[in-house]
Amino acid sequence: MSESLNVPTMASYLAEGKQPEVLFWVGCAGSFDDRAKKITKAFVKILNNTKVDFAVLGTEEGCTGDPAKRAGNEFLFQMQAMTNIEVLNGYDVQKIVTACPHCFNTLKNEYPGLGGNYEVIHHTQFLKQLLNEGRLKVEGGKFKGKRITYHDPCYLGRANGEYEAPRDLLRKLEVELIEMKSCKSKGLCCGAGGAQMFKDAEKGDKEVNIHRTEQAVETKPEVIAAGCPFCNTMMTDGVKNKEKQDEIEVLDVVEMIANADDL
Amino acid sequence: MIEYIPQFIFVIVLVGATLFFVKNVSSLKQNINLGKDVDRKDHKGLRFKKMMKIALGQSKMVVRPVAGILHIIVYVGFIIINIEVLEIIIDGVAGTHRIFSFLGPVYDVLIGSFEILAFLVLVSVILFWTRRNVMNIKRFLSKELKGWPKNDANYILYFEVVLMVLFLTMNATDYQLQMLGAPHYASEAGISGAFPISQFLLPLFDGMSVGTLVVIERSAWWLHIVGILIFLNYLYYSKHLHILLAFPNVYFSNLENLGKFKNLEAVTNEVKLMMDPNADPFAEPEGGENEEDIPEKFGASDVQDLNWFQLLSAYTCTECGRCTAECPASQTGKKLSPRKIMMDTRDRLEEVGKQLDKGEEINDDKQLLDGYISREELWACTTCNACVDACPIGIDPLSIIMDMRQYLVMEQSAAPVELNNAMTNIENNSAPWPYNQQDRLDWAKD
Repeated sequence: MSESLNVPTMASYLAEGKQPEVLFWVGCAGSFDDRAKKITKAFVKILNNTKVDFAVLGTEEGCTGDPAKRAGNEFLFQMQAMTNIEVLNGYDVQKIVTACPHCFNTLKNEYPGLGGNYEVIHHTQFLKQLLNEGRLKVEGGKFKGKRITYHDPCYLGRANGEYEAPRDLLRKLEVELIEMKSCKSKGLCCGAGGAQMFKDAEKGDKEVNIHRTEQAVETKPEVIAAGCPFCNTMMTDGVKNKEKQDEIEVLDVVEMIANADDL
Repeated sequence: MIEYIPQFIFVIVLVGATLFFVKNVSSLKQNINLGKDVDRKDHKGLRFKKMMKIALGQSKMVVRPVAGILHIIVYVGFIIINIEVLEIIIDGVAGTHRIFSFLGPVYDVLIGSFEILAFLVLVSVILFWTRRNVMNIKRFLSKELKGWPKNDANYILYFEVVLMVLFLTMNATDYQLQMLGAPHYASEAGISGAFPISQFLLPLFDGMSVGTLVVIERSAWWLHIVGILIFLNYLYYSKHLHILLAFPNVYFSNLENLGKFKNLEAVTNEVKLMMDPNADPFAEPEGGENEEDIPEKFGASDVQDLNWFQLLSAYTCTECGRCTAECPASQTGKKLSPRKIMMDTRDRLEEVGKQLDKGEEINDDKQLLDGYISREELWACTTCNACVDACPIGIDPLSIIMDMRQYLVMEQSAAPVELNNAMTNIENNSAPWPYNQQDRLDWAKD
């Protein structure tokens, strides 16, 4: 099935003298992490099916610098940012969509001050736009009536105020959406943000992802829906730790839409 | 002459208390101004609106409805009853009795509503005390509240109980004296004021002589106003400063998306220079201008490295712990508590301020970093912004954590080893993991 994926690069577009409608910023997790790659592919499948004219930077893309900045390394962050901005501005990029809320937040909020001004949207917001424009049709399919809980990624929700786009998509799938004890602006972190993904946690009573997974498990879901590759990893690990992997799937919203009618 | 003695004493007490308060406010300003500059003077209209909604309107308090509603009662009581304080001050200076009573029915409504509010405040404060001391509410049991912070919180509550009881006693005896037709109290126009609550205290004073009643009324009146003046001056030493500072703190709080962290300008200049193919790395900085742009150090290891808004927030924090209750690190038993970050910042700022007051050099053996806030706390933060969102008055503990991490990484290269590995990977192959940038599109080929 993946042979059918059509993933043009900005370089090839430039060679043909074309400009895509939108740049898909894949991100490090989306490019390299085995679990996150599936999310990337699900999104591309939808882009292909809805005939969205998009391109990726491919080998010209580099880490946005988010983990460096939040670890306190402003120098490395700005090196990454300026390198990326040079590439993006070189291609005259106007609009960027990404499936990673960390890339989304950094590109949207922290690049403009360094000369990178783009319209940046999260893939759930983009899918909702496609839906509103009638380009994407979402129907219940295999998730219809299933109990689903949605985990708000901090950098999409609290950091940028987007709580509804992913939920609207889930409602379109006709799922039974159940909220966790802490949700939306009170959403509890998965434990990966602020560069925690790349280090061991400090000593405590338990891991943050276990704590969050417990909140999710309380809602007795069939699927935990996420909108961030890092949250996905943390929740997947949490579900395994609770030995619930046979009952509860952790899926990105875009995977659910792509899987709904087995795209 | 002798009849003017109380007025004379009153003026001295009032002026003394005011001067002492002014002195404390100037210390406060001096300490806050130790912070670095940050531009929070833009968008005046927006800031004013936010202040009206969040500080005056208490909109974020009711996120926790029980504490929120009790707090609004005490807050409204505090503000409204202050109108009565104005009358008390005028009476005290002029030697009059209930100077505003010429307002007639309006005055009755005013005094009546003060009484009802005073009663509601009393009930709320008792409930607050119970929440703090009897019910095991987690955010009031944290380690950082042991000792002075816990006592401070209780002293404030006791103060309010005493003030409200004195206020009601003063009114009850005044009412009784008016009914007895006592000179100075009674007026031909009838009873001044309405006493819906203190009327129930009347049986306590039944059968007392005018003389005794005057002594009780005067004692309550004096203790009440002197108590208020002591309370005013207690603020500076207490977490209770929020009743004043919540307003400027909300006004100057961050208006940007919570996810937007500031970019360090000094770094931008340096990075631009590095990336400019035409720049001569060995060139002398032009006219010494650039040298001024380069800060003495990156990030913060002590209070003077923080900005004035962060220091204002340290004084504003009333240690309610809503931030810590929402913090994923605190919830999972890590050492980090955003409330403690604010409390530590204030404690250290006070220490530095005292050294400056004595004309001493700032003692560098001790800093905010390590002296108060440990590295373990700083590295436990997930930057999730839950603490920032939870604060009812716009405090941003995360910004202090970030500034201190910046110091650790950029000045001391003291990041945890795994983070250093991730950063080396980003530097070498533009991803936090050791994958080759040339393989970035391989996912499309699998």
